[in-house]
Amino acid sequence: MTRAEDTARRLKRRHRAEKRFRLYGIGAVTSALVVLALLLGTIIVNGSSAFTTTEMRLTVFLDPAVIDPDAKKNRDDLLQADYGAIVLAALQKRFPEATGRSERLQLLKLASPGARDVLRDMVMADPAVIGKTVEVSVPASDNIDLLRKGKMTKAQAVSGGKMNERQFAWYDKLAADGLVRGTFNTRFFTAGASREPELAGIWSAVVGSFMTLAVTLVVAFPLGVAAAIYLQEFAPKNRWTDMIEVNINNLAAVPSIVFGLLGLAVFLNYMGLPRSAPLVGGLVLALMTLPTIIIAARSAMQAVPPSIRDAAVGLGASPLQVVAHHVLPLAMPGILTGSIIGMARALGETAPLLMIGMVAFIVDAPTSPMSPATVLPVQVYLWADSPERAFAEKTAAAVLVLLAFLIVMNGLAIYLRRKFERRW
Amino acid sequence: MLDTMTATATGISNAILRAKNLDVFYGEKQALFSVGIDIPEREITALIGPSGCGKSTFLRCLNRMNDTIPSCTIRGTVEIGGHDIYARDVDVVELRRRVGMVFQKPNPFPKSIYDNVAYGPRIHGLAADKGELDEIVYSCLERTGLLGEVRDRLDAPGTSLSGGQQQRLCIARAIAVSPEVILMDEPCSALDPIATARVEELMEELRRNYTIVIVTHNMQQAARVSQHTAFFHLGTLVEWGATEQIFTSPSDERTQGYITGRYG
Ligand SMILES: Nc1ncnc2c1ncn2[C@@H]1O[C@H](COP(=O)(O)OP(=O)(O)OP(=O)(O)O)[C@@H](O)[C@H]1O
Ligand SMILES: [Mg+2]
Repeated sequence: MTRAEDTARRLKRRHRAEKRFRLYGIGAVTSALVVLALLLGTIIVNGSSAFTTTEMRLTVFLDPAVIDPDAKKNRDDLLQADYGAIVLAALQKRFPEATGRSERLQLLKLASPGARDVLRDMVMADPAVIGKTVEVSVPASDNIDLLRKGKMTKAQAVSGGKMNERQFAWYDKLAADGLVRGTFNTRFFTAGASREPELAGIWSAVVGSFMTLAVTLVVAFPLGVAAAIYLQEFAPKNRWTDMIEVNINNLAAVPSIVFGLLGLAVFLNYMGLPRSAPLVGGLVLALMTLPTIIIAARSAMQAVPPSIRDAAVGLGASPLQVVAHHVLPLAMPGILTGSIIGMARALGETAPLLMIGMVAFIVDAPTSPMSPATVLPVQVYLWADSPERAFAEKTAAAVLVLLAFLIVMNGLAIYLRRKFERRW
Repeated sequence: MLDTMTATATGISNAILRAKNLDVFYGEKQALFSVGIDIPEREITALIGPSGCGKSTFLRCLNRMNDTIPSCTIRGTVEIGGHDIYARDVDVVELRRRVGMVFQKPNPFPKSIYDNVAYGPRIHGLAADKGELDEIVYSCLERTGLLGEVRDRLDAPGTSLSGGQQQRLCIARAIAVSPEVILMDEPCSALDPIATARVEELMEELRRNYTIVIVTHNMQQAARVSQHTAFFHLGTLVEWGATEQIFTSPSDERTQGYITGRYG
């Protein structure tokens, strides 16, 4: 075999190997994409229905004898009045045949307990409506909601003991009269936790997540960047700093629940901070995020070309000026990207927060970092654990919201990187 | 020791920088052996010698840039105007203002052309107001022959200039803090012949106001621009003196060998 033939054969072999590797790569990417699409697909299919809800249109007589028997319009009395009776009366007017005690109860169950709140809010907002007959849309029960969305068949409802034939008949009649309809579920975005799936929302969890992340950012970002600056630019190279460096890298790999245990021991038991508070959650997540930020900031500063430092030092800039004027600005895109990715991880954390008691049932959004709160991933966890079928779609919808936040944060990271990089 | 003796024997009266018995170590490894030399004021001194002989190391001793290398230790003295720059009470920041540096690879800051030149005056507080700062920036760009080329794009990033322009920008940046000495470490090695010629012209021009120490591998360049030449070999200063004398009648055969291209 001549030398030229040999070379040609080798070349062919090399080309084949390259092609093979490219195929492997494409295969890997495709399977990853398929899995991702499947995951997103199921979540969207399961969750998107939670963004609509079912309402019933009722003609309600706001009976003064029930709401305000002694006609004093006393606020406390108005608040305490039996609005359930009013809802029932409105339903009974449509279905006079329901007279027995259990029948009346079954009839009332078509509407959500939230129907009373709608009427109460209406009366409280304007007591002048008492005594009038009004058309109101009230939330339907979760079972009706599921039936309408086709998430539950009548057979399933019967076998699960959720509804009976009589209730189906009433529902069908209401539907035939065009009184049952689906609307956009604003309540999902504005309400807190509730035992009734049709009334539950993510607002308090969103606020809790926001406060917790704010605490995390305020604590972890300055601490992390300052630590990185010291370690990278000022610390002497010796056994101690080597050890610190190794330990920071180890901390980044510590399972997050360990940080939760630490928070439980230090912040709750030792320092006596309140359980379930965004402050404590934020501190725990800050501890967890700190190594990530330090590592990202250090590598970003390391990537600043030494020639820039030399130029500044050669002009007489002090070490602090070199860092503040040159290294930090150049490293900032990297630091921001690393920090945002660390924060995104913190946003999705559940385990450490469970350890510090952030599993509470929170109806109202927290008003301060010290008040009890829950966060989005914990809300997902709680809903996923609920027996009611209707919580399944809420779970998926909350996951969608969480994903949306993550996408926004990652988008922000990309935007910031581009923005800072484009300048030079 | 012998080398230092011959060196000081030719002692110079108008020396602005004077190194005596300078030993430099990188960790265990000694890079410079008892170097002694006088750098005359307002003249150009060229440092020549084979790669790795310690030219850059010596140059960086003159404004204490070696302080930034943790493993580097220095013995001996370097005096500027009679004061030891390694004395305890010396302000390194002020020293580096007086002894500026231009590097082998042009290294403008990733900032605007204006800010590149204005940076030094700003951190040293050399301009009272915007007007004075403008004046400094314009005159430095003018002196480096850059003003005509960049006048209408002072806001453009310094990194958008050509290599030769960048190097002249770095020189403008160095002279903006009114140093007494400018150290140049192979300033033309990354430039084409035309840009090199411009920088050489510029050095000739700057010589009227500044003392320049330049490291170069280009014998013609050393002969062209410098008045004094020092030849380093394996960490020792073999000989130094008037450029003409070094290039025409060197007293050491190693110098002879190097400048005639027998090694290095
Ligand atoms: N930061 C450093 N750490 C350890 N040793 C170094 C360092 N810088 C230089 N040296 C060593 O010191 C000696 C002198 O190096 P120097 O850079 O001064 O040489 P030079 O004459 O400038 O060479 P060149 O012409 O290639 O630039 C070399 O042996 C080099 O290996
Ligand atoms: Mg060198």
